[in-house]
Amino acid sequence: MQRYWNLLTLFWSTSIAAELEYRTNFLVAAFTSLGGLAGSLFGLFLFYRTGYTFAGWRWEEALIVVGVFTLLEGFSATFLAPNLNRIVRHVQTGTLDFVLLKPISSQFWLSTHTLSPWGLPDLMFGLIVVIYAGSRLGVALQGYLLSLIPLTFGLAILYSLWFMLGATSIWFVKIYNVTEVLRGLLEAGRFPMAAYPATYRFFFTFVVPVAFLTTVPSEAMLGRTNVGWTIAAAFLAIALLFASRFFWRFALRFYTSASS
Amino acid sequence: MLLVYYAYMVEYRAELILWVLSGSLPIILMGVWTQAAQQGNFGLSPTDFARYFLAVFLVRQLTVVWVIWEFEREVVEGKLSFRLMQPIDPAFYHVISHISEKFARLPFAFLLIGLFFLLYPAALWLPSSSNLFLFSIATILAFALQFVIQYTFAMLSFWTERASSIQEFWFLFYLFLSGVIAPLEVFPPVVRTIALFTPFPYLVNFPASILVGLPTNIGQGFLVMLIWSVVFFGLNRWLWRKGLKQYSGMGA
Repeated sequence: MQRYWNLLTLFWSTSIAAELEYRTNFLVAAFTSLGGLAGSLFGLFLFYRTGYTFAGWRWEEALIVVGVFTLLEGFSATFLAPNLNRIVRHVQTGTLDFVLLKPISSQFWLSTHTLSPWGLPDLMFGLIVVIYAGSRLGVALQGYLLSLIPLTFGLAILYSLWFMLGATSIWFVKIYNVTEVLRGLLEAGRFPMAAYPATYRFFFTFVVPVAFLTTVPSEAMLGRTNVGWTIAAAFLAIALLFASRFFWRFALRFYTSASS
Repeated sequence: MLLVYYAYMVEYRAELILWVLSGSLPIILMGVWTQAAQQGNFGLSPTDFARYFLAVFLVRQLTVVWVIWEFEREVVEGKLSFRLMQPIDPAFYHVISHISEKFARLPFAFLLIGLFFLLYPAALWLPSSSNLFLFSIATILAFALQFVIQYTFAMLSFWTERASSIQEFWFLFYLFLSGVIAPLEVFPPVVRTIALFTPFPYLVNFPASILVGLPTNIGQGFLVMLIWSVVFFGLNRWLWRKGLKQYSGMGA
């Protein structure tokens, strides 16, 4: 365990050092994420402008969902996207061999190797929106803490989905865009589930579990925790984590290397 | 040459299907808007929204442009040098590869649209032939405009290594002002008026509205598109000449 922790700090400090060479790009990233946030607020505003409300979600409550969504975007831009794009590259060039030869879990190596500070502005702005909306609604500290539980499950679900998709590159090789598909579907997390028609809700709960990523944590924050949903999220998170591990091992059996 | 690129694109079918699927945003928003239109008063019926977003999906499939990522790589890796030695302008290759990719992509997109009508037959409609004709022209122009704009940004990779981050910033405006997230009809009037002066609404909202038959000012639309195309084309050629002097052909 200690070894893994040391490795983690080493990986991350080197990748931050590497990214700091592009400081102007970081500024651009900050502007981009600010613009993205303004855009999603505008998108939400279009619904509320004429007095329509998502069933059971006031403006500030819907804002919390947007905030949580932005947080998750920041999380995936920082921790998930850079690593999973690498998996594809490793498979394509055959350098995955070297990773597999290392005396640590290859899944760990591949999932944590880089970290990109590009997602930090998103994390920051997401937090600001959540806190702003939360203070308008008078959410107590307890509410924030309570929402951390389903949020953690949400992050685990997100990670497992990404990793499993990344693992499919062993079969299909050139799929840089696999992440784009998932990101496209996750866009659904911008709005609380109540905003969707029944079929969509079904799809986003049971097929692509977007509901557990943003809606469930937001509900927890608002004190509408439904124990059943939280338990379901926990089960799903654990099941998916195991599935990702199992799936990676399974995929590796089909790995036939390249050029060596 | 079209055929060569077509064969190349078809080879990566899995990737193409994924790209088609990654354009799912309009379908998601369709859900939210049709649900909203059942209760709120947005001036459009749920079916209107469904058709509109389906048209948006189609337009986006037909006008996707990614030239900046390829161009940026060519410049950074020095591969542009080989292209420069050939007697045709490098832009030509990119145009051809984009067009052939569209043809490879179309069958999947139509398959999805067919599936959609099976699931939601109420939204089925047949655009009049004149609208269909105008739609084709508007879509081709939208693609051309989108391509010229992005290729202009791509020129910046002569000076900076990550020109694509500029493109990403631009993409935000595209996403929120072009009508991808909602038809321009439901925008606040001020925002709509401002947006109509920018190139964005003509990239998505304009062709989509024609196809669905929503009221649009067709003459004005084509005029603004033309003006923006000319502006960006001029800028593009100017940057191209400046950029080539700057280009040192790294690694070649």
